[in-house]
Amino acid sequence: MTDIPAGTATGTPPDDRAARGAGQAPGPSRPSGAISDFGIDTTSRSSGEAVRDYLARVRGGELGSLPAVLGLLALVVVFSVLSGDFLTLGNIANLLAQGAGTTVIAMGLVFVLLLGEIDLSAGTASGVTAAVLALHLVRDGNLLGGMGSMVFALFIAGLLLAVVLAVVARMWAGAAMAAVAILISLLGLPANPWLEMLLALCVGAAIGSLTGFLVAKVGIPSFVVTLALFLAWGGVVLQFIGEGGTLGLRNDVLFAVANGNLSTLGSWVLFVAAGGGYLAVVLNRHYSRLRRGLVAPPTGLVLAKVTAILVLGAVATYLLTLNRSHNPSVVISGVPYVVPIVLALLVLGTFVLDRTSYGRHLYAVGGNREAARRAGIDVAKARMSVFVICSSVAAIGAIIYSSKVGSVDPQAGNGNTLLFAVGAAVIGGTSLFGGKARVRDAVIGGAVIAVINNGLGLLGQGAAVVSIVTGLVLLLAASVDALSRRRAAAGR
Amino acid sequence: MGEPILELRGVNKSFGPVHVLHDVDFTVRAGEVTALVGDNGAGKSTLVKCIAGIHSMDSGEVRFAGSPVHVHGPREAAALGIEVVYQDLALCDNLDIVQNMFLGREQLRGGLLDEAEMERKARQTLASLSVRTVKSVRTLVSALSGGQRQTVAIAKAVLWESRVVLLDEPTAALGVAQTRQVLDLVRRLAEQGLGVVLISHNMADVFEVADRIATLYLGRMVAELPAKEVTHSQVVELITAGRSGDLGMARPEAATV
Ligand SMILES: Nc1ncnc2c1ncn2[C@@H]1O[C@H](COP(=O)(O)OP(=O)(O)OP(=O)(O)O)[C@@H](O)[C@H]1O
Ligand SMILES: [Mg+2]
Repeated sequence: MTDIPAGTATGTPPDDRAARGAGQAPGPSRPSGAISDFGIDTTSRSSGEAVRDYLARVRGGELGSLPAVLGLLALVVVFSVLSGDFLTLGNIANLLAQGAGTTVIAMGLVFVLLLGEIDLSAGTASGVTAAVLALHLVRDGNLLGGMGSMVFALFIAGLLLAVVLAVVARMWAGAAMAAVAILISLLGLPANPWLEMLLALCVGAAIGSLTGFLVAKVGIPSFVVTLALFLAWGGVVLQFIGEGGTLGLRNDVLFAVANGNLSTLGSWVLFVAAGGGYLAVVLNRHYSRLRRGLVAPPTGLVLAKVTAILVLGAVATYLLTLNRSHNPSVVISGVPYVVPIVLALLVLGTFVLDRTSYGRHLYAVGGNREAARRAGIDVAKARMSVFVICSSVAAIGAIIYSSKVGSVDPQAGNGNTLLFAVGAAVIGGTSLFGGKARVRDAVIGGAVIAVINNGLGLLGQGAAVVSIVTGLVLLLAASVDALSRRRAAAGR
Repeated sequence: MGEPILELRGVNKSFGPVHVLHDVDFTVRAGEVTALVGDNGAGKSTLVKCIAGIHSMDSGEVRFAGSPVHVHGPREAAALGIEVVYQDLALCDNLDIVQNMFLGREQLRGGLLDEAEMERKARQTLASLSVRTVKSVRTLVSALSGGQRQTVAIAKAVLWESRVVLLDEPTAALGVAQTRQVLDLVRRLAEQGLGVVLISHNMADVFEVADRIATLYLGRMVAELPAKEVTHSQVVELITAGRSGDLGMARPEAATV
């Protein structure tokens, strides 16, 4: 079934029916403001009208990511006023690297939150992947020696279990990645940063397969499963690294992930590739809608928006290619590697959610599970898959924060890691009730949290104030969401 | 009389200890409207969900276009050409009209969602149903009125090339004009050769469009008769008592749930 004829059930050719439908609409002399069939779909709007429409929607309670963006701007202004160091190039670059780990973990969580589930274990699961990565590096590939034979056997058994469960659930990607983790662990190849990062990613997928199976196939609420696993993985990290131990990551590649920068040329290549891709996608969508006679936003407005984003990107790229070193004998410049990493995950995640039927099915399951089931969507598989995604992406987050710290300790991924990540997603506009989540929420919310952390740090405030302020911001974000919902409900 | 397109024989369904459907026989004929009537809780929606593959049957056989079939899920029912408008509509509030209409059967182009094509087809189908009050097919379902949602659910069912359409109380939330539209649509679908099942509590509607009337009473099919051969009051009696003169069950008082 590649081409499904439209509405042949009624036997009339589609175009005929369209004509009939249009015939019932008032003619071209239709008085403005009258509601007809798809009034908005059939009248192109001018830019002014489009802007007014947008403002009306905002007043009606459809805020989107507007509050978080405004909040972010406000925080930036406040901290720039309070601290002269905040808006320096060096600090901005540092801030990007500080926030990237949380942001990436939050991006994975967005998928879980989209289904109305929660993964409390994402933090400590990321800790497990970091510990395995560090052990493999420090022990030069000898995980058996690093863990001890008993623990190593259990580790392999756990990975095997993940493979089996993923196969049972027909979650092929999860099964394949867990199998790769077994392979790497057993082969004992000498340390290689790329291999270790792959291992971390695959261990993350294995963990996600276990979590997802327990939630989706066994049917235990995700809150309970991941609360239990939160505790368990914390213990596993401690076991792998040992009480009081720390595994240093002495490797150039691993160090560079969160601390390195693109060259000036590389920075501009990134800008051209990302900006050009963005431009191509937006314009292609816009003109293909126009070509097919569908209503699109005014071309002027689309161009203005694209131009604004490209100019911003160019300015940011330019600033980041300036020397930001305080020491005259060293030059630090270029876009930090974490920027393309976060950008790539953002693009990939948004693409999957917006442009593939898998993403559409995730929204459906999150919005109304029963309706999704009746539409023939495999709900259990969808629910399992988001945990695999979440843990795999958490492993990428683990690589970034371990790189930033330069070592992995028994507390890796514990403490506030998970809570800050959930907070980032919610501040960005993701709903904990499911059905409403976008990957960019994690990026915007992650930026808010990073700015608070960084700004208060510059002002000499400790962890106490940072936690209190972040908590209050989270409350504020949740209140804005609740109030806008009330408003949207009342406006009907 | 039309050819039987969908035949159920001896269907039983229990939810735990509750036996909801007892040896139900039911036939849907191509080109005819079969009304399925019965009191609240008689088992009408359950029967529809069994046909659609939402519930599995405990026992019983199904023949589709003459050959035995086993429907294991909504996807298989849809593949046979069975479309359902559910009583509770089963729409996703967080998706827009187009996304709901194509849910689970998205049109792809190069492996990606073909939004433009889906939007075009959704608009054509909605236009053919004379949906007047929806301003945009990109409106979220959460922003629609009850009647508008019902129309979207119906549009979702007639969008596809189907052979059997089951409508579970499709006019319950509709105004006078929109009810008219749906009843006309029901007739039109039958005239195009589809088998149509209409569940309704409104006897005037039933007698207006139905060729045959099937009555469920406490989970038992007590009568399946041509609409011309029964009167309004006979059907009401069948619904409420399971029996009317010679029609219906011999001893309805013996029926237990
Ligand atoms: N999922 C379920 N679990 C347990 N019992 C159920 C379930 N679905 C339906 N029932 C029971 O089955 C019986 C028939 O319900 P059904 O929804 O089929 O009735 P109906 O004829 O559609 O009624 P109405 O006219 O009110 O829509 C009821 O007694 C109901 O309580
Ligand atoms: Mg019902």
